[in-house]
Amino acid sequence: MSLTDPQVRHIAKLARIELADGQLERTRDALGSMLGLIEQLQAIDTTGVEPMAHATDLVLRLRDDAISETDHRSAYQAVAPAVENGLYLVPKVIE
Amino acid sequence: MSRANWEVVIGLETHSQLNTTSKIFSGSPTAFGAAPNVQASAVDLALPGVLPVMNRAAVERAIRFGLAVGGEVAQRSVFARKNYFYPDLPKGYQISQYELPVVQGGALTIRVGDGDKAYEKVVRLTRAHLEEDAGKSLHEDFHGMSGIDLNRAGTPLLEIVSEPDMTSSAEAVAYARALHALVRWVDICDGNMQEGSFRCDANVSVRRPGEPLGTRREIKNLNSFRFMQQAIDFEIQWQIEQIEDGHKIQQATVLFDPDTGETRAMRSKEDAHDYRYFPDPDLPPLVIAADWIARVRSEMPELPVALSARLQADYGLSPYDAAGLTASREMAQYYLDALAVVGAAQAKPLANWVMGELAARLNREERDIAQSPVTPSQLAGLVARIADGTISNNIAKKVFEALWSGEGQTADAVIEAQGLKQVTDVSAIEPIIDEVLAANPKSVEEYRAGKDKAFNALVGQVMKASKGKASPAQVNELLKKKLQA
Repeated sequence: MSLTDPQVRHIAKLARIELADGQLERTRDALGSMLGLIEQLQAIDTTGVEPMAHATDLVLRLRDDAISETDHRSAYQAVAPAVENGLYLVPKVIE
Repeated sequence: MSRANWEVVIGLETHSQLNTTSKIFSGSPTAFGAAPNVQASAVDLALPGVLPVMNRAAVERAIRFGLAVGGEVAQRSVFARKNYFYPDLPKGYQISQYELPVVQGGALTIRVGDGDKAYEKVVRLTRAHLEEDAGKSLHEDFHGMSGIDLNRAGTPLLEIVSEPDMTSSAEAVAYARALHALVRWVDICDGNMQEGSFRCDANVSVRRPGEPLGTRREIKNLNSFRFMQQAIDFEIQWQIEQIEDGHKIQQATVLFDPDTGETRAMRSKEDAHDYRYFPDPDLPPLVIAADWIARVRSEMPELPVALSARLQADYGLSPYDAAGLTASREMAQYYLDALAVVGAAQAKPLANWVMGELAARLNREERDIAQSPVTPSQLAGLVARIADGTISNNIAKKVFEALWSGEGQTADAVIEAQGLKQVTDVSAIEPIIDEVLAANPKSVEEYRAGKDKAFNALVGQVMKASKGKASPAQVNELLKKKLQA
């Protein structure tokens, strides 16, 4: 299966990955070969097989509803690029 | 342009914050109103190497909801990553459920409208799934930057998705109200809409009868029932006008502006596959054993629909009264507590007092019924004294006021202390009537000339002269006798 250039650009945009023009072809081929693997898998008859949601046979561990975390804001914010009034500052997001 | 030629289709998605002590995947507190980021731990901040650990109480609340709506609680459900980039979601994905949600199906019975036009309707639920809330972005100007508070990040949510079964803003609001009452009833959510504990998104589309579904627009973050009604009505009108003017509706996410009463497009709606959902490798499937469901079932309170039916069947209350009394669990409990004291024969008058005088007074002072100064047994005592003729309804309002302001411990004590007992002794009332008749010869004349109004005026005078303590029925009777004599 091969992807079109606009499809590759769209996927890159969703993943917030910047693609230089020279990288486009290589990325398209790499993604294409991965999709080839998926196609091979899809060729197998999986009738009656429960879809796998996790690589292990474990079930989800649950914890009791109790507070175990205390306030470490100053430690976390000491390594943040920008903070003010207890808030993390980020480049302006406009909707 | 007429709305009559159009069908409206509405579905609701509701984010209900689960009232756990700690977050869904971390041990941080969930309390509202803390200073920014003091309740954001390494897991909530998505620092490298952290792993989510599921909160059992969040799962249990989902089970409770599933049982309350008669849905299927999935024995096995799966958490998935919903990928998108926004700074209040530091992982770059929200942990949610996609293909296998924890609750599937179910339904909610709603009551729409008042009086003769009221009707019941069953709204089907598609699903309910567990997920984490995002943080908050503050867009005030921080030197051209946005401020991020991650206290809310990781708060457990149950997203409840309805089928597109509603056909008007009134039905949508009735559904939202019923759902709001139910999540509080089964105690999984505090329902505080100002604090964002219960937020609705409405998917709205219109079509001509018989045509396929129209393109929908999603109104986001409706956090009051009034705004929901306004937003949906505006949106319906807008879509109809667009189509009648020859435009096509573009799928979009819109926001409601309460100041203008209008909805406006926020961003073009990303298709579901753009979120690139996939099972979260950090979380194996959630398995809920049958005995867990059975235990939760055994601990469930009587549900509002069942209680409402019981109030109608056992106490002869109207559907309207039964719906009003089961609007909240606290209201229902208050009523049942009072009913146990005053007895089933007074079920209807008691309902009138709880939903009338008491509710109005609580409303005026913005108090919850659980904090009512007049206790259920005090109100029961009051209703009992009306029933046995000790006081009239009018005097009862006085007694209610006294109980409200703490002037007496019981209705009997207030009646005694203030001398409010109804006077039914004929020998005490007759002299009053004689006096009134003597003082109002004109009214007497008018009555004899056939004017009923004059009679009412005379009754009023007697009641006034007795300081409200005479029984109106008895005054009527005695007065008639005297006038006909």
